Amino acid sequence: MTAADAAQAAAAAGAGGQGDGAAGATSGGPRGGGCRTSSRLERVLREGHFAVTCEIGPPQSSKSEGILKHASVLKDYSDGQNLTDNQTAIVRLCSLAAAVHVIRAGGEPIMQMTARDRNRIAIQSDILGAASLGVRNILCLAGDHQTFGNHPGARNVHDIDSLQMVQMVRAMRDEKKFQCGDQIKSHEPRMFVGAAANPFGDPFEFRVRRLAKKIAAGAEFIQTQCIFDMDRFEKWMRMVRDEGLDEKVFILAGITPVKSDKALKYIRTVPGMKVPDELIKRMEGAADKKAEGVNIAVEMIQRLKEMKGVHGVHIMAIAWESIVPEIVERAGLYPRPEVEVEEPAEAEVAVG
Amino acid sequence: MIVAEPKPISEVAELVRDSNHLLIVGCGECVTVCQVGGEKEVEVLASALRIMWKKDGRKGTIDTQTIVRQCEPEYVAELAKKVKEADCVLSLGCGVGVQFIAEAYPDKWVVPGLNTSFGGGTVQAGVWEERCGFCGDCILHLTGGICPIIRCSKSILNGPCGGSQDGHCELDKDIPCAWQLIYDRLKGLGRLDLLDAVQPPKDWTASRDGGPRKFVKEEAMIE
Ligand code: SF4
Repeated sequence: MTAADAAQAAAAAGAGGQGDGAAGATSGGPRGGGCRTSSRLERVLREGHFAVTCEIGPPQSSKSEGILKHASVLKDYSDGQNLTDNQTAIVRLCSLAAAVHVIRAGGEPIMQMTARDRNRIAIQSDILGAASLGVRNILCLAGDHQTFGNHPGARNVHDIDSLQMVQMVRAMRDEKKFQCGDQIKSHEPRMFVGAAANPFGDPFEFRVRRLAKKIAAGAEFIQTQCIFDMDRFEKWMRMVRDEGLDEKVFILAGITPVKSDKALKYIRTVPGMKVPDELIKRMEGAADKKAEGVNIAVEMIQRLKEMKGVHGVHIMAIAWESIVPEIVERAGLYPRPEVEVEEPAEAEVAVG
Repeated sequence: MIVAEPKPISEVAELVRDSNHLLIVGCGECVTVCQVGGEKEVEVLASALRIMWKKDGRKGTIDTQTIVRQCEPEYVAELAKKVKEADCVLSLGCGVGVQFIAEAYPDKWVVPGLNTSFGGGTVQAGVWEERCGFCGDCILHLTGGICPIIRCSKSILNGPCGGSQDGHCELDKDIPCAWQLIYDRLKGLGRLDLLDAVQPPKDWTASRDGGPRKFVKEEAMIE
């Protein structure tokens, strides 16, 4: 069975989830189809623009200034801004509140939500709250294990996994149902639903098949792990295209600019990451390492722009948010497209 | 079986600090197999405590008894005589044993000598490893006989997560990724199709959080 078949089989099997089965798989590819939410990111993607998303890491305090400052700049250089959810299991200002700060600054938040700290009750509750505050995008994740963070003694939750979260958010939107099956009588949360994919994790042969599963569960956009090994990413994309998955989901390729060879060497030790030797050598040999880090990021984006099936980039400039405008401009992705968003009519969106 | 580990002797000594007539109780089942609470370990602990007490100039007595099973009232009843003479019972059974003794002797102070760890088995002499999370709703037929609930660090039902690399879990190079194991085994058996269905959220009502779980087999009941 191919991964594409797998996606179909899984969707057909119902798997307790979405009523429209096809999930992100509107015929004729992800582009062109009507928007299901009032997400600006969704509109940009469906109109066929090469999308740019970026990331803002909330602080380990209740200070919102940093988020507002970054968002007020990044809103013009990206179509969506991810707000991480206690990344690396370190306690930070919550992604929901951070998303609201981004809205205040005029941005388009993508709220990250992990299965590590919340059960299905808390997740659905947060989604209702987020939607009521104008959040229109969500990225469903497993979450880094708590032992990597600053509360290793915490108990993790993992009541549902990231795939099941995707399915749940889709059902809340498209079937107006809570996970338990109860109806959401009005004002169902209408989120554009994303998930992550790691083309560098193992078992490699299963990665594409698992992506198919995420699509079957209802993922509409995918943000990948940051890419350093472009050859392996290309190989993965080939497999993705062979299965026709790029026609069913929007793929945003992850890019992380680094400031030094030391950073690259560290990243290499992170589970699920691959960094080729040549890249490290190039950074070692660079006189101005920061500038070289930006050069590499820009070159990678150029290559990704030409790669069939890649619908955008996700720039994760961790603790270096200020560099994003330069990268976006140099990659020829500025200015960002202006799009009109509208709330879809109730009749259109009612499914099942 | 239930696998348990001994509490540090300093902690045990502290737990029985106020006792003058201590009874240490062993169990002949799981904890005997994993060599932490059988007759032998009971005697070793008793001697160690006696030496400690002597050093401290304490005069108390330490008695011992190992029963077939601490998780069955019938055997726990055999302790009656010695429990009566003791002012404190130190159980080297699992958490179940400690509680059954406490229930049987409501006026006696009962303390645990072990940390009850997991449901597992012997992987090599002297090494025991977890296999079952006692979730109450077995799904091993879907995962090639490898439990993701307990062996995956995130209990993922639709794994593997992005952190799986070279067969290891993202947590530690010494932890095999449960989902790599599942994948390899199903591949070997030609049953990768089992991984294509999106597994729905688990119904945890059969697991913890609903008070103690109970199993009733009517044919086995007397009366
Ligand atoms: S690496 Fe494997 S075992 Fe570890 S959390 Fe991910 S899927 Fe589970």
